[in-house]
Amino acid sequence: MAESDAATLEGLAQAERFALLRRFLANRSFTIGFCLFLLVVLVALSADLVAPFDPLRNNFRYRLGEPNSVHLFGTDSFGRDILSRVLHGSRVSLLIGLLVVLLTGFFGTLIGAVSGYVRRLDNLIMRVMDGFMAFPPILLAIAIGAVLGPSLMNAVIALTIAYTPRTARIVRAAVLVVREAEYVEAARALGAGHARILVRHILANSMAPLVVQLTFIFALSILAEAVLSFIGVGPPPPTPTFGNIIADGRNYIAEAPWITIWPGIAIMVTVLGLNLMGDGLRDVLDPKLKDGTRS
Amino acid sequence: MAGFLLNRLVSAALVLLFVSLATFALIWLVPGDVASQIADPGASIEELERIRRRLNLDQPWHLQMLSWYGNLLRGDLGQSFLLNRGVTEAIIERLPVTLSLTLLALVIAVTLGVAAGILAAVRHGTWTDQGIMAVALVGLSIPDFWLGLVGIYVFAVALGWLPSGGFVSFSQDAAGWARSMALPALTLGLTQIGLIARITRSSMLEVLSQDYVRTARAKGVLPFKVIAKHAFANALIPIITVTGVIVGVLLGGALVIEQVFSLPGVGRLIIGAVLRRDYPVIQGGLLLLAFIYVAVNIVVDLLYAWADPRVRYG
Repeated sequence: MAESDAATLEGLAQAERFALLRRFLANRSFTIGFCLFLLVVLVALSADLVAPFDPLRNNFRYRLGEPNSVHLFGTDSFGRDILSRVLHGSRVSLLIGLLVVLLTGFFGTLIGAVSGYVRRLDNLIMRVMDGFMAFPPILLAIAIGAVLGPSLMNAVIALTIAYTPRTARIVRAAVLVVREAEYVEAARALGAGHARILVRHILANSMAPLVVQLTFIFALSILAEAVLSFIGVGPPPPTPTFGNIIADGRNYIAEAPWITIWPGIAIMVTVLGLNLMGDGLRDVLDPKLKDGTRS
Repeated sequence: MAGFLLNRLVSAALVLLFVSLATFALIWLVPGDVASQIADPGASIEELERIRRRLNLDQPWHLQMLSWYGNLLRGDLGQSFLLNRGVTEAIIERLPVTLSLTLLALVIAVTLGVAAGILAAVRHGTWTDQGIMAVALVGLSIPDFWLGLVGIYVFAVALGWLPSGGFVSFSQDAAGWARSMALPALTLGLTQIGLIARITRSSMLEVLSQDYVRTARAKGVLPFKVIAKHAFANALIPIITVTGVIVGVLLGGALVIEQVFSLPGVGRLIIGAVLRRDYPVIQGGLLLLAFIYVAVNIVVDLLYAWADPRVRYG
């Protein structure tokens, strides 16, 4: 009997997963956003195969070259192929976004969970987070990046510090709701320890707003990376990132606008995909949240 | 109301204390020796010593902190290495450019965003609604500094209608000022319209489904009056919240936009300092912009109290 009960439960869980998947696929924002983003990821992963040239190779015979059949997106002031630089740049920009999302997710969850679960620390932690949030995020990231020095990892650290407080606040809010749920009380009555309750019951049920937030943070990080690189506190040149290519193009905007235009369009497609995905995720996972709750 | 205000001021003071502490501590994040980062490579030991003395780095940390707060209370943010003058003066001189740019962009973003959001909500489910929301989402996905460069290419290089950069002061030539600020303010404002339009739409949609709106319509109140008075007045709170958030985004964005259009504002000062490791200017600029942001948030709280009597008396 017990075995068939377990089998039924498993079947139910599987059916539920399928239902969730169907709801995602039925959501137009999510599907379009997911396809756009998947396209960008595939392009970034296969940059070595797809890119027609080495993104760092100079060609002084075709400097600031107009787009033609060899250089589809034209060339920059060193004669480097813009298409190849954008393809390889997407790899660096996505890597930065992914690292920021992972680190922000980790620290945001840790700080938010402790703040929401350990009442004595709540006030202190949240005041410190308020302090960080008193800086406009991009400004904080610029200052930290400037002090640490220009590098890929420092840009990731700067953006993580800038976005973690908001994520922690969202996780804390979710934890505060879930911790009062009856199943948490039941787990406690059954003798579960704090760690088990926090991880298995409270955090597991607070994930929806976090997932939505992290999708938007991915989008914001791509935009912010471009800003950091553009003003010289991102990965140093000649590393191709979206921001670095635009910074190169800035000085030649009159003679060679293609240097500037293509990486900007690449950013737009990536960020639009992520924003659409975030909207879709929010509609499906967390219908209570509305437009603009991100900040 | 007085209690509410007092409460807000106390928490703002705490935040400012933290902000000043974090700014003071920023220089501790510098990897390695600060003085040798600032000085030219190959600087003499005396030169390095002189830099340390100017930054008070030769003193124990509690004395450094004491003099930081002492100077701060007197409005002294230290001396810039690059400009060889006081950071406070240098910032105050450039502040009007940054503030007018931010304010112009805010006016553009709020008026167009609210108008687009209301229109989308009133025409809910139609092509107008979907079109506005699609444009809003695309707008949210565009980097503002890139839009600025594209604007320079289109309006300055190709069409020749507007200058590609540079600044004309308002007192010298008002028309020239308007021409020099038009593109920067538009690019900065345009990218934030989407966020305001989205929040206005969803807030309006919620209010429009309320019973009192139906009652107002049923008793024959003019449609325009229902939208403006009954619905919009009650949809204000989320719009005010997001406007407060946007001021921060615009302040940060203004720094980069100033760089793109060569406007002599605080942003260019800070970014110049970033590239040449002029730490007192970075600290001073960061602190000042955070102060402005905190002040804006107090104004936002006061606006809540104005828009919603429950906040005032609650």
